[in-house]
Amino acid sequence: MRSDRILLAHGSGGTLMRELIEEVFLGEFTDDALARMDDAAALDFAGGRLAFSTDTYVVTPQFFPGGDIGRLAVCGTVNDVATSGATPLFLSVGFVLEEGFPVEDLKRVLVSMRDAAAEAGVRIVTGDTKVVEKGHGDGIYINTAGVGVLPEGLDLSGSNVVPGDKVLLSGTLGDHGIAVVSTREGLSFSTSIESDAAPLNALVAAVLEAAPGVRCFRDPTRGGLASTLNEIAAASGVCITVEETAVPVRDQVRGACEMLGYDVFQVANEGKMVAVVPADEADMALEAMRGAPYGADAAVIGEVDAESSGRVYVHTAFGARRIMDMLVGEQLPRIC
Amino acid sequence: MSDGDLSGGFRDPEVAKHLVDAIAALSKIPVKIMEVCGTHTVAIAKNGLRALMPETITLLSGPGCPVCVTANRDIDTAIELARLPGVTVTTFGDMMKVPGSYSSLAREKGDGRDVRIVYSPLDALALAQTEPDRQVVFLGVGFETTAPAIAAVIRRAAEEGVANFSVHAVHKTVPEALRALVNDPDVRVGAFILPGHVSTIIGLEPYRFLASEYGIPSVITGFEPVDVLQGVYMLVKQIEEGRADAEIAYTRGVTPEGNPAARALLDEVFEPCDADWRGIGVIPGTGLAIREKYAAFDALRRYEVTPPEPKDIPGCQCGDVLRGIVLPFDCRLFAKACTPEHPVGPCMVSSEGSCAAYYRFTDYGRS
Ligand code: SF4
Ligand code: SF4
Repeated sequence: MRSDRILLAHGSGGTLMRELIEEVFLGEFTDDALARMDDAAALDFAGGRLAFSTDTYVVTPQFFPGGDIGRLAVCGTVNDVATSGATPLFLSVGFVLEEGFPVEDLKRVLVSMRDAAAEAGVRIVTGDTKVVEKGHGDGIYINTAGVGVLPEGLDLSGSNVVPGDKVLLSGTLGDHGIAVVSTREGLSFSTSIESDAAPLNALVAAVLEAAPGVRCFRDPTRGGLASTLNEIAAASGVCITVEETAVPVRDQVRGACEMLGYDVFQVANEGKMVAVVPADEADMALEAMRGAPYGADAAVIGEVDAESSGRVYVHTAFGARRIMDMLVGEQLPRIC
Repeated sequence: MSDGDLSGGFRDPEVAKHLVDAIAALSKIPVKIMEVCGTHTVAIAKNGLRALMPETITLLSGPGCPVCVTANRDIDTAIELARLPGVTVTTFGDMMKVPGSYSSLAREKGDGRDVRIVYSPLDALALAQTEPDRQVVFLGVGFETTAPAIAAVIRRAAEEGVANFSVHAVHKTVPEALRALVNDPDVRVGAFILPGHVSTIIGLEPYRFLASEYGIPSVITGFEPVDVLQGVYMLVKQIEEGRADAEIAYTRGVTPEGNPAARALLDEVFEPCDADWRGIGVIPGTGLAIREKYAAFDALRRYEVTPPEPKDIPGCQCGDVLRGIVLPFDCRLFAKACTPEHPVGPCMVSSEGSCAAYYRFTDYGRS
């Protein structure tokens, strides 16, 4: 790693985070399941197969249009477990609360966690709470871990992708990221965009049933679609080309991105799923996605090429080809 | 998905194709067109517009990103401010990562200094009000577009008597910088795509000298791909007709007289001063110094800081990139020693910097 200290940008889901994981974490932790760097580990044990995943949620503001940190914490881990093709069953929750955080707000968060868990059909079965002194936290941090059962013989991974495969996206891009920034003070715009935070285990199950050859699922959260596709392309040593006009984006989100200088492909989502499927199953997979909860706007957005560059390209609306690069650091509004 | 389109037909590929064809049919005389504004640079790179130009037209990026043109000394000074006990330095995010001579604000933050990202100068003022025990300094960068907001915040701080707030102002103004560019014998620009946002404030008048004194056509242009193509078309038309004018393609955003209220505000709080532009040097009258009346809010009058002698970044050609003398990928460090993860120069840091735009959207120079 070229930096000798942790910088904020090491946490933002882009290239610096990847460098931190590969060069620091994977230098010491060498478990095979971890080294595959998928969102959930697929684990064989006597009597069956498990998928297991954990994530920690820090977001300001904690309440935003369409959701809150609690809904994120449940949906995020449910979705991570689901990406392996497993049925999520149990969650643990850990809270780090800052001295002074209103109990009223905590209750709101808990209610939305309860509701999201019920919607996803998972049980919250164990938990933990710590309180830190004022000034040592950001109100509330939540960690969730999730366990699910994996069907025998199923092996989904970003490294399974081959040329000819199709790339599907379950709905409009960028809603969560834009909903959150639109609440920030000082940004002189507001939209009616709501976060897309949602549990996608039913959608994943529907696609798996319709297209059993699915290579992998990924949820394009921080770092957006760009990070997700770059990870898949690198893991499989292929090139992915996305058709810009095929990607569903709400006009309001597109307008906000133009205004802020954001690349919509790099904006965070919390209720979208990417699936890579063999070409002959693409139609079935798309139909299943569209019929599933939260999948109505699903589309085939691109395909996997024979080129082995590990790169992602966008075929623009104007007939040019450009790179879809991973996010570096935070997305920041442009200065003017 | 039509829930209030903010961009209208300005992304319409049909209209774009029509314009591309019209440009190709019209353009005979070879010309180098410089886009002055970083937002244009990004729009051109992101939509692959360079590749759609006929051979006669070369698009060059100019000094249009305020992050990129901030001189090392100004960043070094901000770092010295951040090192003072009790001082919080606040800034727009991109400024964090820009390397100064010896460090960056991001590095200083990692070392425990209190440096915070804000999204607007108002946030910085609000921070000063919620944390009265700290001295909050806002690092003010930006052109005529952002400077009025900072002027407004300074005035408000004065009205509300906020004693722990000040501004380290390194704003710059655009028109005279264009004169310096066209006077530079190394720079050969035949026409300018002028910045839409800046012009919203200053209008058309300040650019007229380009045509009247130098015979250089210019067009104020918006930021959508079709806007940019429209601007190029209008420039080519002037060139082929042997005319040189200052025109507005971005009529939905810019009027010839600009925004007088914003200019009055600027004039109340700031006065022109010399400004040091990275890679270009000192250009008289292109800076904005805080007037005597608001001296209490000028960080440099409030604190004595003496940064060490500034040092250039070895190998970095930002200065030549900013003047349109070389393209980003002509720099030896581009995509090798210099990437957005590990930027050597500011043009690779800023999301609107030319090097970052070319790096993010093209595969040139990648192994
Ligand atoms: S919008 Fe303003 S600051 Fe941004 S690149 Fe254009 S001129 Fe520069
Ligand atoms: S590639 Fe890097 S070093 Fe070269 S000009 Fe651009 S920013 Fe400067």
